[in-house]
Amino acid sequence: MNNLKNNNLQNALIYLLAFSSGFSIMGIELLGGRILAPFFGSSVHIWGSIITVFMLSLSFGYLIGGKLSTKNASLTRYGCIFLFAGVTVLPIVLWSGPIMESIFINIEDSRYGSLAASMALFFIPTIILGMISPYSVRLLVTDKERSGQVAGVLYFVSTLGSALGTIITSFYFVLFFEVNSIILTFSLALILFGLVAITFDKFSKNSINETAEAIHE
Amino acid sequence: MNKLLLICLLFTTSSISFANVIHKERSLYRNIIVEDNYNLRCLKFNVKTSKTNQSCLYKDDPNKLVFNYTKLLFSSLLLLENPPEKILIVGLGGGTMSNTLHQLYPNAIIENVEIDPAVIKVARQYFSFFENDNITSKVQDGRIYVKRAAMKKQKYDWIILDAFNGDYIPEHLLTKEFLQETKALLSENGVLSANTFSISDLYAHESATYEAVFGDFFNVRNRKNSNRIILTSNAALPSGEVIIERVKRLAKDLSPFGVDIAQISSNMTSTKEEQDWSDDTKILTDQYSPANLLNQ
Repeated sequence: MNNLKNNNLQNALIYLLAFSSGFSIMGIELLGGRILAPFFGSSVHIWGSIITVFMLSLSFGYLIGGKLSTKNASLTRYGCIFLFAGVTVLPIVLWSGPIMESIFINIEDSRYGSLAASMALFFIPTIILGMISPYSVRLLVTDKERSGQVAGVLYFVSTLGSALGTIITSFYFVLFFEVNSIILTFSLALILFGLVAITFDKFSKNSINETAEAIHE
Repeated sequence: MNKLLLICLLFTTSSISFANVIHKERSLYRNIIVEDNYNLRCLKFNVKTSKTNQSCLYKDDPNKLVFNYTKLLFSSLLLLENPPEKILIVGLGGGTMSNTLHQLYPNAIIENVEIDPAVIKVARQYFSFFENDNITSKVQDGRIYVKRAAMKKQKYDWIILDAFNGDYIPEHLLTKEFLQETKALLSENGVLSANTFSISDLYAHESATYEAVFGDFFNVRNRKNSNRIILTSNAALPSGEVIIERVKRLAKDLSPFGVDIAQISSNMTSTKEEQDWSDDTKILTDQYSPANLLNQ
C-alpha cells in the first residue's frame, strides 16, 4: 500500500520534472534570439540557426537518453540529468559575450556565425535536456499495454510546458527581467529539480527497505 | 446648402484613394507596396496600419522632400561645423535621404545599410535610388554593420538611424550597447540622428538610454508630434547663437529640397532645459530591451 502511494508520488514528480524541462527548453530557445542579436542581428537566418541547433541537439538527446535508460534506470540517475542540464546552461550566462565575440571576429558571414554561436551556446545543454523525455518514459512505463498511453501523457505534459515556457518568457519575463536573470533562474530550477528527484529516490528507497524489514520480522 | 453639399462631396471623393498599386511583393521581412497617387509615389511596408508610408517622392520634382521627418533630419547639419564627408544611413526606405544628401554634398561618401534586399531593389527600381563609387548600399543588419565598421576603425561625420518606422522595432538597435558602438564610430565632431518614437512607454526608456550614452541631446519634433528626431553629437551641443548662425548659412542650400531650416530649428528642444521623462526610467540594454512590448 505504502509502495503504491510512493509510486504515484514518484510518477507525479516525473511529470512535473518533464514539464519543467519542456518549459526551460523553449524559454532558453526563445531568449536565444535575444542573446545572438547584438552580434548576429535579427535577420531571418538567426532563427534558422537557433531552431536548427535546438532540433539537432534534441534529436541526439532523445537517442542518448533512450540508450542510457536501458541500464540501471533510476530516479537518482534521472535527477542527475537535470543537474547536468542546469550546470551546462550556466556558460550561456557566464561566457556568451566572449564566446560570441570570438566567433564574430572569425566568421564574417552572419549565417554561419550565428550557427556556430548557437552550437557553442546551446548544443550541449539542449542534448542533455532532450535526454529527459525518453528517460521519463522508461521510469513511468510498467506494462507494455499502457506504454503508448504513458508516452502520450508525457509528451502532452512536456510539450504543454514548452508552450507555456514560450509564451510566458516572451510575453512577461522579458518585460520584467534581464535575459541573464531568466536563464540563471532556469539553470537553478533545473538543478533544484534534480536534487529533489535524487532526495526523493533516497527517501523512498529507505522507506521501502524499512517496510521490507518490518515484513521480515 | 448646395455649396455645403458640394464640399461634402468633394471631401468624400478625395478621401477615396486614387492610389494605383504599381508594385507589390512579400519580402522576407514585410509586405512591400509601391503606390502612385497622381504625382506622388509612395513606398509602403504594410497595408493595414495608418502610418504606413515609408518613403515618398513627387514624380515631377524628385528633389523635393515629401516627408516632414526626412526634413527634420536636416536639423543635424546645425550641429556640424563643416559639411559631412562621410555619412552612414541605417535603414534605406526609398533611398530618398541618400539621394538628397548626394545632391547636397556630391563628394560625400554615403553608406546605406538595409536588412531587406527587396527594399534596396524597390528603391532602385521605383525611387531612382542612386549609387556610384561613393554611394553604396549593403544588405546587412545595422548592428552587425556597425560592429564590423568599428573593427575596421571607420569614422563617420553623420550617422542616421532610420530603422524604426515599421510595425516591428529592431530591439537590438535601441540598446545602450548599440548606442555605445555607434558613438565609437562618430568622428570627433560627428553627429548621430535617429528618427524615432514620439509616443508610447518606449519614449521615456529610449530617452533615458540616449541620455545615458550621450548626455544631453536635442529633440526635434514636427507640429503633429507624430515623429521625433533625437539629435546627439560626439562634441558638446552648440549654443543658440551658433545654431542661429548656421541656420543663416544653410537656409539657401536647403530650400531647393523643401527644407525650411529656420522653421525646423524653432522645433528643437534641448533635454538640458526640458527633460520629459522621470529619472528612474529603466534604460534599455542588450539584457533588457522589450521595445515592442513597451511600444503599445
